[in-house]
Amino acid sequence: MAVTHDPAPKFAEYAHPGSLVTTEWLAAHLDDPNVVVAESDEDVLLYDTGHIPGAVKIDWHADLNDQVARDYVDAEGFAALMAAKGITRDTTIVFYGDNFNWWAAYALWVCSLFGHTDLRLLDGGRQMWVSEGRPMTTDVPVRTVTDYPVVPRDDTTIRAFKEDVLAHLGKGPLVDVRSPGEYSGEVTHMPDYPQEGVLRAGHIPTAANVPWKRAANDDGSFKSADDLRAIYEGEIGLKHDDDVVAYCRIGERSSHTWFVLTHLLGFDKVRNYDGSWCEWGNSVRVPIEKPGSPIRP
Amino acid sequence: MRAELQEIVDEFAETPKSLRLAILLDFANNLRTVPDDIDRDALEQVHECQTPFFVAAEIGDDRRVALYFDAPPEAPTTRGYAGVLAAGLSGATVDEVLDTPADFFVGMGLSELISPLRLRGMGAILARVKRQVVEKSAS
Repeated sequence: MAVTHDPAPKFAEYAHPGSLVTTEWLAAHLDDPNVVVAESDEDVLLYDTGHIPGAVKIDWHADLNDQVARDYVDAEGFAALMAAKGITRDTTIVFYGDNFNWWAAYALWVCSLFGHTDLRLLDGGRQMWVSEGRPMTTDVPVRTVTDYPVVPRDDTTIRAFKEDVLAHLGKGPLVDVRSPGEYSGEVTHMPDYPQEGVLRAGHIPTAANVPWKRAANDDGSFKSADDLRAIYEGEIGLKHDDDVVAYCRIGERSSHTWFVLTHLLGFDKVRNYDGSWCEWGNSVRVPIEKPGSPIRP
Repeated sequence: MRAELQEIVDEFAETPKSLRLAILLDFANNLRTVPDDIDRDALEQVHECQTPFFVAAEIGDDRRVALYFDAPPEAPTTRGYAGVLAAGLSGATVDEVLDTPADFFVGMGLSELISPLRLRGMGAILARVKRQVVEKSAS
């Protein structure tokens, strides 16, 4: 049976009100057999220090990425992961995590590649749940393994590859969601993440810079629909039927923006370029825009 | 590599993959708090780490190195890295610290569990420890 949407008034203003839940709603649905709560964090140990009761752990590196190629798990790997977490094709998965739901949004986006239907984010993420003093546990739930179908991954609808972005230049908007310093090419990495540097700095030509965090409040929740429209439609002029490509450094921050544009603002066609700057800035002979220099090559 | 640190590396390597993170969590949980007599202002923030992380290396009259780390509970992996270095290098000589290979952690078998990029945070912390030891042993 379909799990009802969170009726919170704030969510009613979004294009897809059912794509978010509040901490209150989640607290009331922890025992709902049709809901599986999944924590996806930047910090691989954080779940193990304590998590929402009943929540399973889905790790972006160990679970969602292929361990050899730079790619996501294949259809068989995804089905095996979902089955092991006790998730069926009809399960409502509520993702939450640290760092403003970066990795939770990323996990949700990866699940979307496989067409899992009912995917939601906890508005405010782990930060809000903890700050409200809600229960946490270190008990790892024992879930019955399910029979999750092997569904092909669709890499054409919400995912963009480098070749797609090259073909997209001049035809549709690009949103660079990195920090201003990364966008302008002053640094080749995100502040505090020098180990993820690349060989060239700057941005993909024509990209507008809207750092991902502008979509979030300090408490980890998403800004109101009006505020989001003012940023993405007002400031950089995106339109609902635009063919939009978002990118960051390795695709996790742009998953956050992909979620905002797709689910909160209802844009028709938004793709996440998960290769992002770690691929583009290391690629030979792709055009790069850097303030003060002509676009090269 | 100093024997105490080598033992920790071996302990990780010899533990089944599924339990290695649990050991790292133990190191995180057992990270000693910074004693009150240590000047917090002397603790250096490591900007490579995404979370506030502090490290101070001091050299005693016996030329042995004392290490102090602090990181918030919401960064258990960073705390675990600090715990490994605290257990493996506290009480080491200056030379033992400086001779620690920059990639000492590669043999721990964590790369399938932690993104290689994040794993290098361990090396960043060691580099800070070494730099402080170099500076303080020269003065």
